[in-house]
Amino acid sequence: MSALASLLMRDLRVAVRVGGGALMGVLFFLVVVTLTPLALGPDLALLRRIGPAILWLAALLASLLALDRLFTADYEDGSLDLIVTGPAPLELVVAVKGLAHWLTTGLPLIVAAPLIGLFLDLDAATAAALTLTLLVGTPGLTFIGLIGAAIAVTLRRGGLLLAVLVLPLTVPVLIFGVAAANAAVSGPLPFGTPFTVLCALTLASMVIGPFAGAAALRQEME
Amino acid sequence: MALIDFANPSQFLKFATRAVPWFAGATVLAFAFGLHQVVSAPDDYQQGATVKIMYLHVPGAWLGMLGWAVMTLAAFGTLVWRHPLADVAAKAAAPLGAAFTLMCLITGSLWGRPMWGTYWVWDARLTSVLILFLLYLGVMALWRTIDDPSRAARAAAILTLVGAVDLPIIKFSVDWWNTLHQPASVLRLGAPTIHPAILLPLLVMAGAFTLLFVTLQIAAMRNEILRRRVRTLRLLQASAVS
Repeated sequence: MSALASLLMRDLRVAVRVGGGALMGVLFFLVVVTLTPLALGPDLALLRRIGPAILWLAALLASLLALDRLFTADYEDGSLDLIVTGPAPLELVVAVKGLAHWLTTGLPLIVAAPLIGLFLDLDAATAAALTLTLLVGTPGLTFIGLIGAAIAVTLRRGGLLLAVLVLPLTVPVLIFGVAAANAAVSGPLPFGTPFTVLCALTLASMVIGPFAGAAALRQEME
Repeated sequence: MALIDFANPSQFLKFATRAVPWFAGATVLAFAFGLHQVVSAPDDYQQGATVKIMYLHVPGAWLGMLGWAVMTLAAFGTLVWRHPLADVAAKAAAPLGAAFTLMCLITGSLWGRPMWGTYWVWDARLTSVLILFLLYLGVMALWRTIDDPSRAARAAAILTLVGAVDLPIIKFSVDWWNTLHQPASVLRLGAPTIHPAILLPLLVMAGAFTLLFVTLQIAAMRNEILRRRVRTLRLLQASAVS
């Protein structure tokens, strides 16, 4: 257990240091949300209607771009070899790395989302529902994403390939996340229906992701 | 002691250690005077007491832009004249300018809610100030991503010079576009359009915030010089062990 705990602390510490890019995800999130009204025009009514969708897309892209540093940085300086051959099961190691990644990338996004929702004129109820769906959905994004990150670990310029691999897998999370956020304020669906499915998707990814990721790492590190 | 002597980091450290308490004291006095002025200033005939948010909002905007201007001068110092303290000044000014810009955005947002009915609107002035805030965050991220301080300095200097184009856009955005934000009332051709009873507290608060900026800037530059010395010592220690 203490091997996994020290791995978690190491990942958290590396992420917040120079070159770690922990808060870069929030900055990218803010930039994308700034760009969207500049492209769509300043009509606040329109922005309020599609606000949850914009925020979910921006959160998805921000999580995606940060996946690069999940395994590749460790692979390049050789520490991934040591981690893989360590005492703990590789599935748990991958799960812990995914947890550290979510804590440093996903959690800041969730904290920033209600504030950034002000830019899209979201009212309090929509913003609260959206934040709740992001809270449940971003771990799913991380754990699905780490499958692609493990597959692409040996590629140095694998950034776009990673996106192409991961995005189709994250489509269900995106669909149910936006559906839940919209259902909370409008529409015939009750909030619970898409929200429960979103919870199920995240829980499933938290199991499938580490197993698939570990298998991919074993393949790549041969 | 000529001004050029401050280019020596050790001389600057000595100056900074002596000067910061004086600047801090002057800042406290200026804020005391400024807050007294603000409290005794008259209410606006339309906005009532809400107009007093202006005494935080406008200095925040001015100092946010001043911060980037300081960084631009420092960028010239780094790229053109190779001044040794230029990149220290640039790195120190970035979080200060970002904080003032954020104060401007938040106070403006809180002011807009009762006055315009909305926390935010995508008009030219607000968007360009938000872009300035994003540029600040980008420069701060750039400083923290490159390990070697002098390489980081050159990269940040180029980004600062490119970003300086936002400053005239912010200033003239209310003239060039049809904006919800009010047009220039102080720095404009012709006299200021604010009544002196409200203008004077504004100028006093702006002066107080500027003194705060100078105090924090000198202290931050001292911290940055010391931080670099610690880093050099750590590198020497690490290479001595092997």
